[in-house]
Amino acid sequence: MHGLLSLNNQNTPNTKTESTMQLTNRSKVVVKHDLNWVEKLYLPAIFSGLAITIKHLFKKSATVRYPEEKREIASVYRGQHVLKRDDKGRENCTACGLCAVACPAEAISIEAAERKKGEENLYREEKYAAKYEINMLRCIYCGLCEDACPKDAIYLSDRIVPTAFTRGNFIYGKDILVEGIDASGRVDVSKRKKNYEMEGSPKQPLLNK
Amino acid sequence: MDWALLLDKTILIVIIFAVSLGIAAYSTYGERKIAAFLQDRVGPDRAGPFGLLQPIADGVKMFTKEEIIPNASDKFLFIVGPCIFMMTALMTSAIIPWGKSFNFGGHEFGLQVADLNVGLLYLFAVISIGGYGIMIGGWASNNKFALLGALRAASQMISYELAMGMSIVALLLINNSLSLREIVDGQAGDGNVWNVVRQPIGFLIFLICAFAECNRAPFDLPESESELIGGYHTEFSSMKLGLFLFAEYINMFISSAIIASLYFGGYHFPGIDSLDLPQNIAAIVSIAVLFAKILFFIFFFMWVRWTLPRFRYDQLMNLGWKILIPLSIVNVLVTGAWITFFK
Amino acid sequence: MSLYLFLTLAILTIISALAVVFSKNPMYSVLWLIVCFFTIAGHYVLLNAQFLAIVHLIVYAGAIMVLFLFVVMLLNLNADTEPHKSNLSKIASAIAAGLFFVVLIASMRATELGEFNLPNKTNIGFVEEVGKKLFTDFLLPFEISSVLFLSAMIGSVLLAKKEKK
Repeated sequence: MHGLLSLNNQNTPNTKTESTMQLTNRSKVVVKHDLNWVEKLYLPAIFSGLAITIKHLFKKSATVRYPEEKREIASVYRGQHVLKRDDKGRENCTACGLCAVACPAEAISIEAAERKKGEENLYREEKYAAKYEINMLRCIYCGLCEDACPKDAIYLSDRIVPTAFTRGNFIYGKDILVEGIDASGRVDVSKRKKNYEMEGSPKQPLLNK
Repeated sequence: MDWALLLDKTILIVIIFAVSLGIAAYSTYGERKIAAFLQDRVGPDRAGPFGLLQPIADGVKMFTKEEIIPNASDKFLFIVGPCIFMMTALMTSAIIPWGKSFNFGGHEFGLQVADLNVGLLYLFAVISIGGYGIMIGGWASNNKFALLGALRAASQMISYELAMGMSIVALLLINNSLSLREIVDGQAGDGNVWNVVRQPIGFLIFLICAFAECNRAPFDLPESESELIGGYHTEFSSMKLGLFLFAEYINMFISSAIIASLYFGGYHFPGIDSLDLPQNIAAIVSIAVLFAKILFFIFFFMWVRWTLPRFRYDQLMNLGWKILIPLSIVNVLVTGAWITFFK
Repeated sequence: MSLYLFLTLAILTIISALAVVFSKNPMYSVLWLIVCFFTIAGHYVLLNAQFLAIVHLIVYAGAIMVLFLFVVMLLNLNADTEPHKSNLSKIASAIAAGLFFVVLIASMRATELGEFNLPNKTNIGFVEEVGKKLFTDFLLPFEISSVLFLSAMIGSVLLAKKEKK
């Protein structure tokens, strides 16, 4: 591709005219000329076309066989949400509702509840989200909930939201959103966190910069 | 009637049917694979190793799909159409010499179903009848796109048959025979070269016409998915559609075999006689040689399909009537003059 | 063997020819006519004229009938687009056809049936023989028929040409 462009650069005649402004010098003036008799046979053109396609037979295919082979996902990719737990396995979320307020698509709905005695190992703070639902059909994956969260609780992970057959199945409750306690259930969001910790912790929302 | 001969021919016919169906099935796989490779993709690779079971999966799909016969269609002709198309596709293989004959303990087993003395003309007769399958199917669907596709197919086939016949005439002038076996054998031995050397322009015309007769790209106007939603087989579903698609690949296989036989020495290969092989091994080698040529031409059909865009209809007619037919007539004249004055 | 083949073919020919006439749908008429051509080609093969049989198939079944099909397919086959025929023309056509039938029967009665022998193996129908005959004994008719074709071609070109204004 680069070779092609640079080739065009060299061959481009100076086409700047007074009336049109050119942003790049990559444009090429097309001159339509009558075909000479060799070109009218079309056979040379056909053979050069065949030569081009046969070259591609020996090129490496660009296919990524998806389920077996996964492409590296950009660190800024915003996929399915995860509700984080802390090191002791307690939910970080305190149901403050800032994410729901920040959400421009109004996809998040929360019901808060008070932590009872004996539930200290489940929830980090005295208040927690009894219900936390995100409507994945409404969500626009802007990541504002992540920015709004003061408790390090919600992140957009690099997982792709799967398809479903009914609309109801797209409303994700806590059963899907909260990460597991054991190591295998944990969702790695260190790549996302890096974005916020670029200029020293504590975390600084990107939007304010 | 000689019963041994009848048995021989029956066995041969069954084998040829099986082989052409098998090759047609794997041509669909090959087409998809080659298309993928030419476009830097992978192609079907889910069913079996390298996707080799894909044709079987496709066949099962075709058979188990719902069979729809439109209410307003002519129901009898709707069924007859694909049958005729498939039948004529299979009939052509009767005159192709597939190799040298075997010898099982003194019993000669020839590899040609019928060595007609009008072999090539038989070929043309069958091809011209093949068009009826498309026309009847398209008309019986009672659908304007199907009808348009059918008309396109028929006029395309008639137009290109003429140039094809003319290019063959020049070939016959050189070979002095209409029998395919004699034409094939005439290209081997001392001082004989492949017909493609003696008839390069005739070969080019024949090749182009073969593409047009098979409704293959760049001449796939009867189907033209983008304009006619599939052309003559718009209304067909299930295995009736399967028959149409399948017959197209059989046609491709047979025309590759005919191109190989007429212009590329068929089952002969330069130097094959000097090896002095025993008869049965020579027969096997000759079959292998022919199939290598056929496979190359099938590949070539696909290669061209994934290279060239489709013709416009007026371009197709211009090419057929104003370029190929005059060119083939000139070719006949030049060949005739050459034979008259230099032989 | 060949007598039975001949009889079967002959019966098939007559049935298909009758079906051409009696089919309500012109499409079916054309298709029956193609079947008829096939059976006639079968007769040629029985007479050991393979070249004629194949050429018959190519030219009639393969080319001319395709054009017939073309026309029939593009016809509007509704009942209300049928042109109205007056009773007078019906009577006139019935009388004409009846007279023709009478003439046919009369001529058939007058002819004497000869012995028919299927010819033995000859090469008369083969390409080489046909070609030799055409270019020696029948050279003049052959060339005259080519003039006929030429005039037909010129006529069609004239018809197809746009009129200059």
